[in-house]
Amino acid sequence: MTDTSVIEKPRSQWADVWSQFKTHKGAVAALTVFVLLILFVTIGPFIWTVDPSYINPNGAEMIRTRNKPPSWQFPLGTDQLGRDMLARMMKGGQVSIAVGMVAMLISIFLGTLVGVTAGYFKRLDGPLMRLTDLFLALPLLPLLLVMVMLFRDPLARAMGPESGTFLLIVFAIGVTSWMQAARIVRGEVLALKEREFVLAARSIGTPSRRMILRHILPNVVSPIMVSATLGIASAIITESALSFLGLGFPPDFPTWGRLLFDGVDYIQQYPERVIWPGVAISLTVLSVNYIGDGLRDALDPRIRGR
Amino acid sequence: MLTFTIRRLLLAIPTLLFISLVIFLLVDFAPGSPMSQIPLTVPPEVRLKIIEAMGANEPIFVRYLLWLKQFFYVEPLVLIDSIFGSSYSQGMQRIVSWQSRSPVMDIIVERMPQTLTVVGSAYVIGVIIAVPIGIYSAYRQYSWFDQLGTFIAMIGFSVPTFFTGVVLILVFSVNLGWFPSIYNTSLKVTDWDSFMLQVKQMAMPVAVLALYNASQISRYMRSSMLDNLAQDYVRTARAKGMSERVVVLKHVLRNSLIPVVTVIALGIPTIFGGAIITEQVFKVNGLGALLINAIQGSDLPMVQTLTFIFAVLIVMFNLIADVLYGMLDPRIRYD
Amino acid sequence: MKLKTALLGAAATLAFAPAAFAERGADGNVKVLYSQAVSIMNAYLSSGTKDVEVGSLVLEPLAGFDQDGNVIPRLVTEIPSVENGGISEDLTTITWKITPGLVWSDGTPFTSADAVFSYQYCTDPAGGCAQAARYEGIEKVEAIDELTVKITWTAPKPNPFTAFVGGTSPILQAAQFANCLGAAAPTCTEQNFKPIGTGPFMVTDFKVNDVVELAANPNYRDPAKPAFATMTVKGGGDAAGAARAVMETGEFDYAWNTQINPELQVQMEKGGKGQFVSAFGTLVERIEMNLTNPSPDLPEGERSTAAHPHPFLSDLRVRKALSMAIDRALLVEVGYGNAGQPTCNLVPAPATFASPNTDCIAQDMDGAKALLDEAGWTVGANGIREKDGKPLKILYQTSVNAVRQDFQALIKGWWNELGVDVELKSIDGGVYFGGDPGSPDTFQKFYADVEMYANNFDGTDPEPYLAQYLCDKAPSPANGWQGENVNRFCDPAYDALVAELAATRDMDKRGEIAIRLNEMLTKDSYVIVPLVHRGRLSAHSTTLGGVVLNTWDSELWNASDWFRIK
Repeated sequence: MTDTSVIEKPRSQWADVWSQFKTHKGAVAALTVFVLLILFVTIGPFIWTVDPSYINPNGAEMIRTRNKPPSWQFPLGTDQLGRDMLARMMKGGQVSIAVGMVAMLISIFLGTLVGVTAGYFKRLDGPLMRLTDLFLALPLLPLLLVMVMLFRDPLARAMGPESGTFLLIVFAIGVTSWMQAARIVRGEVLALKEREFVLAARSIGTPSRRMILRHILPNVVSPIMVSATLGIASAIITESALSFLGLGFPPDFPTWGRLLFDGVDYIQQYPERVIWPGVAISLTVLSVNYIGDGLRDALDPRIRGR
Repeated sequence: MLTFTIRRLLLAIPTLLFISLVIFLLVDFAPGSPMSQIPLTVPPEVRLKIIEAMGANEPIFVRYLLWLKQFFYVEPLVLIDSIFGSSYSQGMQRIVSWQSRSPVMDIIVERMPQTLTVVGSAYVIGVIIAVPIGIYSAYRQYSWFDQLGTFIAMIGFSVPTFFTGVVLILVFSVNLGWFPSIYNTSLKVTDWDSFMLQVKQMAMPVAVLALYNASQISRYMRSSMLDNLAQDYVRTARAKGMSERVVVLKHVLRNSLIPVVTVIALGIPTIFGGAIITEQVFKVNGLGALLINAIQGSDLPMVQTLTFIFAVLIVMFNLIADVLYGMLDPRIRYD
Repeated sequence: MKLKTALLGAAATLAFAPAAFAERGADGNVKVLYSQAVSIMNAYLSSGTKDVEVGSLVLEPLAGFDQDGNVIPRLVTEIPSVENGGISEDLTTITWKITPGLVWSDGTPFTSADAVFSYQYCTDPAGGCAQAARYEGIEKVEAIDELTVKITWTAPKPNPFTAFVGGTSPILQAAQFANCLGAAAPTCTEQNFKPIGTGPFMVTDFKVNDVVELAANPNYRDPAKPAFATMTVKGGGDAAGAARAVMETGEFDYAWNTQINPELQVQMEKGGKGQFVSAFGTLVERIEMNLTNPSPDLPEGERSTAAHPHPFLSDLRVRKALSMAIDRALLVEVGYGNAGQPTCNLVPAPATFASPNTDCIAQDMDGAKALLDEAGWTVGANGIREKDGKPLKILYQTSVNAVRQDFQALIKGWWNELGVDVELKSIDGGVYFGGDPGSPDTFQKFYADVEMYANNFDGTDPEPYLAQYLCDKAPSPANGWQGENVNRFCDPAYDALVAELAATRDMDKRGEIAIRLNEMLTKDSYVIVPLVHRGRLSAHSTTLGGVVLNTWDSELWNASDWFRIK
């Protein structure tokens, strides 16, 4: 790729990664889409300043403006109570993207930590995997109900209702979804541990910490990436299930998952109601997936060299 | 490997006992009570009587020990009786659901067939679709096939089943009238016509679930294949002049199966757990619907028994996965 | 065999006279869909509406209620009254005369002993009978002879139509349930799933929480009924799915409780495959005001108890203003359509007990604002009213339900307009209605300022319902947070009037007192703010005839009269 006849300034590894990433068309497109989505939900509300939970207190007006198809006044239409869908999509996206990303990070972090530790240190394998079995076996709904019962009020008092709920939700989703990643990472590590380069590294006395960070982790990146992409999707959907159970945000607080869920009731009359949140969730997941693909290729020195 | 398996099996007993205790405490501690199923028109004193008759107000350890006895002693005896026609379990109290006042095990056995046919076949179909797609997508990375596969998989994963289920019903039941929207659990397959009816009523729930499962598995298959295709041994094999088919399907595939085996081993127990939302949308009334109903009604004996069976399966299949790792990659040793 | 003969006979008749549908079993199979599946057929062991209603296809009471709430005979020759001597002059006894010649579906004769047994079954202290309230105040039930049952009450009973009347107190066959008394009740799985009854159908197959297969009872008292040879009652799913199966795909003939949004109702009816039917009972969606302080700053055990009155809801003017800001007609239009009516009453029916009060129907935002101004709540900096530096902030909770969440959002909008800050909260139904004293989120604990739910009363007599609002019925830590006086309403005049109602026998006088009590809770004090009188909405296919929706008894009360329109 670089012309060897000209001596260039030595480049940092991250610049290399970035230049490799740029060659991945899908990843660049996905990054653009993702940045646009982020801008839509963060900057959007400053441009489109309609209150997402505003309902016209005048009954007759409310009836007149409910269930409107997209128009100049309401670019994405209105819902069954005359609330502006565009504003709701923006507000909902803030929460959904934040919940999806943070919960995914928590679950991936926990999953990788448990998986690598269990796979690498034989003595910890048994206890950690039994712990994983326990978490897999626990019925999700009662677990969430208990967590909410115990932590909602203290958190809400300490951090305010919204950030308290946010923390509770991402924590609840993260803590209940790391097991699959842990099992997968462990399986990979078990196999990696016996590979020649690991044996070689070990034979020159590399300490465990360095072994894991330099040799093991980079080689389990791909399954982690897949788990991460799938994790975002399931976190966004789980959040909607939580609010449906009354365990999430206050009921008038829109999120993409909730908009989708509410829209299903109106799918025959106003299909756009499910299309907007459905497309938004799918776009987020698709773009994260492609960014993940691009990153993986860019981080892999074998591919980067090509 | 054999000693490892035996050791793990023995170790599974205390693990499962501990899991059962944790589940019991959790379900009991969770807010909600069987009273939520009683209409508000029933006066409070009558409600208390009902709860007393269920035995729900006994101390928790009494109920836990009773459940242990019923699960590990009475229920096996009932099974023996039903096989050999003996009467060891005569007069013993079985695990009884609070909602329907009937033995929990009988209901579970009753629900098995529809759960296994619908959720089970959806899983099998999902795996059958996902593995070849994953392999070919990785082999032809970034081809139109791969891109399409990625797209469908991501849609399949990010659009929840409560949505796909309703869309399928609207298209195929309401508009086209091809398939029934409600699963008939009393249908018995005796001849070709009833078989076709069965296939028809399975089509939509199976499609919804298979799409979801296939999306997930194909992603893991693809990524794992990609990792391995870039390895040195692949280059060596090709350099030796092996055919592409042998290189891909024998060497690469075998080495790529570890994460896929993990995912499938985690997935099989969930077949027995049923598919809560899909079952509800199509009224399959399998084990998933049973569990969610029981949780909503705080039917502790039912939740406890179902979750415990689920836990046994999880422990079993994770053990099987560990054994399979050793077979796929003989370098993996547990001893 | 009889069934087969009947079928053959029906087929033969049909060949000659196509119009002759009044033949047992002539119309084949009828499919009914319950969005909540049936768990048991014995109404004494489950109070779930779905169980009681499907059970009523098999097990019958001596008398039932018709669609207008009148008592009608089922297994008896006539309805006892003071005039015909069936009820004693002092109202302490009632004597039922069983129709001669009645047999159970197994062919054995139906006698007064079965009724006496049913009473014993439900009143056994170890049985946990769900319908024990139907038999309250009974001194004894005797079999005078084979066909005469006499109930003696401990005190004069103005409304004696509780025991053995309506789907919630059916007669069990003594022979079948003999070994199922008391603690043994739950162990009788076979009996509870396949009871022998006198109703038009009998169970042939029972799958718990899934499907019940029934066949016409060969020994049913009317030889021409039921018109259907078999019935399938499938359960599961949700209201929208159930409505769709009848109205759009036509897979089912009847769907129970198809509460869906009004627009979807209209669209589904356009399909022409079926129609919705609605009927109004006593179900009222209401907002309950907390008269005690639910502040989380109070120590546990004192929160939401009579020890601390509510900082602002204890002021009548605030409660009234909140009620005035609500546009009930709009709520009905958005949430229920034809299956709801705006109401100001806690007791909306029957006519004798319903107050004519309609003061609250018209929304009066300006009046509400003026009232709050008068109460000393002035609009503060950010549009939120305040008094003595404290903002007017309300926590408004309800259970998870699409319509309730829409109501919450709408009402929040109106209250915001008033200058009230509103925080919404929705709670999973299992927790909210679960009454678990360990959970902070039950409707009885009421750790919120206002809450919304629906409630009704069983049968046609509102006395026990109104008696729930006595001072000592308030949930508190002392009684394990039980009771339905969730407002912690306490008015000695109200308690006295309830006592007077219990002692009054004259029907018109009872009506007057009940209306007074109702108004004390609603119009006078705004402790309870009724919103919508909710009807029952069910759907049936256009080919199913004879459906009459009844909210006073089992919805399937006249399934024996159903027939196929050809």
